[in-house]
Amino acid sequence: MKTGNGLSDLGSGLLYLLPSLLLFGVFLFYPMIRTIYLSLFYTDPQGNPIAFIGLENFTYLLQSEEFLNSAKATGLFVLYTVPAGILLSLFLALIANLKLKGIGIFRTLFSSTMGMSVAASSIIWMFMYNPSIGVFNKLLNLIGFEGHSWLLDPNTALLAVALSTIWMNTGFAFLILLGGLQNIDEQLYESAKISGAGSFYQLRRITLPMLSPTLFFITTVSLINSFQTFGQIDILTKGGPVQSTNVIVYSIYQDAFVNYNAGSASAQAVLLFFCILAVTILQFRLGEKKVHYQ
Amino acid sequence: MSLMKKSLLYVLLVLSALFMMFPIVYAVMISFMQGGEVLQGKLLPSSFSFENYQSAFQQVPLLHFLMNSLIVSVTVTAGQLIVSSLAAFAFVFIKFRGRNTLFFLFISTMMIPWEATMVPNYLIVQKLGWINQYSSLTIPFFALAFGTFLLRQQFKTIPYELFEASQVAGISRFRFFWKVVLPVSKTSIITLAIYSFLTTWNMYLWPLLVTNNEKVRTVQIGLKQMQSQEVSSEWGIVMAAAVIVVLPTLILLFAGQKHLQKGLTQGAIK
Repeated sequence: MKTGNGLSDLGSGLLYLLPSLLLFGVFLFYPMIRTIYLSLFYTDPQGNPIAFIGLENFTYLLQSEEFLNSAKATGLFVLYTVPAGILLSLFLALIANLKLKGIGIFRTLFSSTMGMSVAASSIIWMFMYNPSIGVFNKLLNLIGFEGHSWLLDPNTALLAVALSTIWMNTGFAFLILLGGLQNIDEQLYESAKISGAGSFYQLRRITLPMLSPTLFFITTVSLINSFQTFGQIDILTKGGPVQSTNVIVYSIYQDAFVNYNAGSASAQAVLLFFCILAVTILQFRLGEKKVHYQ
Repeated sequence: MSLMKKSLLYVLLVLSALFMMFPIVYAVMISFMQGGEVLQGKLLPSSFSFENYQSAFQQVPLLHFLMNSLIVSVTVTAGQLIVSSLAAFAFVFIKFRGRNTLFFLFISTMMIPWEATMVPNYLIVQKLGWINQYSSLTIPFFALAFGTFLLRQQFKTIPYELFEASQVAGISRFRFFWKVVLPVSKTSIITLAIYSFLTTWNMYLWPLLVTNNEKVRTVQIGLKQMQSQEVSSEWGIVMAAAVIVVLPTLILLFAGQKHLQKGLTQGAIK
């Protein structure tokens, strides 16, 4: 086949893209449109639309205490996990970026949670939170305090899940931030040293500004991930106690696969989509302005 | 760096490592304990016994779950590599009208959270008769925008003149892709393979939805099932199973950490 003319280029271009386009079409674009469509309907238990009701699913959700509670739990969860997670990963990346003997071992150890699945991690944390034999209460007892049922108390359950999530997410954020740090031009530090700048000054004036694109990226990804939390909730608390950990994806799952209400689940999924879209757009808008690119 | 400062930094590093590794080491320790020791809340086992590991394999079809996870992860990894590399090749080496629009379409897929599509996806898979089949666990994940980006970055470093020269020499496009582009991009492909395997092995929500018996159930769901059955008495066995489940991905991560970090940074920032 002679290549170079426009038509055959278009043809073979599409041929190479065909598997991707087909799969995206069937398992992403069509379901997304279907989700929006279903969110406007009453549905039967098999998930088929029965009657068009417009925005009623949405107005119902926004008035239902359960959904508002789920939105609140999601908001709090994001608030608990994102800033603390980024600060922890940044701290680890900064100390792991030093040129010291054996630093490679520490890098590997710090990144290890990226290899840990949510299921396995959740089970380990569940044991650590165990009221009678878990390590947290053993430590409390050791220093003379009463133990606590971390996952069974509505006041502490969300915090406990958040703490375990911060740990689970650190490995990935650490790897990205370490990569960002290693991309910073060494000469910037050399010239700062020559002019006698201290290490705190270097951190504030060189490292953080040069790292800002990476920091911005990891903030966005962490926000999005945090909105999508499911596994640790399913294993640690199942949305309880008294709905205190019923974050949005868990609520969608329950509506769709426990209560068999695909309409309401789809409406919540649409809201989740817009939340994530807003975060992504914000990333692009703010990112262009605030972030210092090399 | 002064000796004082150096030792202070090492103290910080060791403390941080202890903090990060504690849950993992703790789980390993529990997995070697006998029932009584676990209930006393000990930190270290009095002797290292492999009994819990044996029981984990005997009491649940752990080996079967592990095989399922391996089949699913290897299939998704292969699928993602093939589909993403073909797409990335088109975006770099084939100039056609509408290419930028299609590329924009690919970018836009990253904004759709998978969870927002899971209800219709479940219904589709159900209609196709794929519940409790490997196909439902693998095929929907073959197309990957992130993978396409990562490979596109890499392919762009190959001089376009090389492609033109190969065309003049009468080498077909696919042959150029197969014989030149893929071999020189080995590092990026390995990076993507590690990433794909890791994320697929650790997948949770989707396998939970589309499997309801042991036939193709992955090890993550097996672990959840085990935990809810055994939680009261047999923590040692549950922990042994958890350790077995994370071992493959931890080894893969430790072996490929440098690659992965470089690849992720490339895909994320540029």
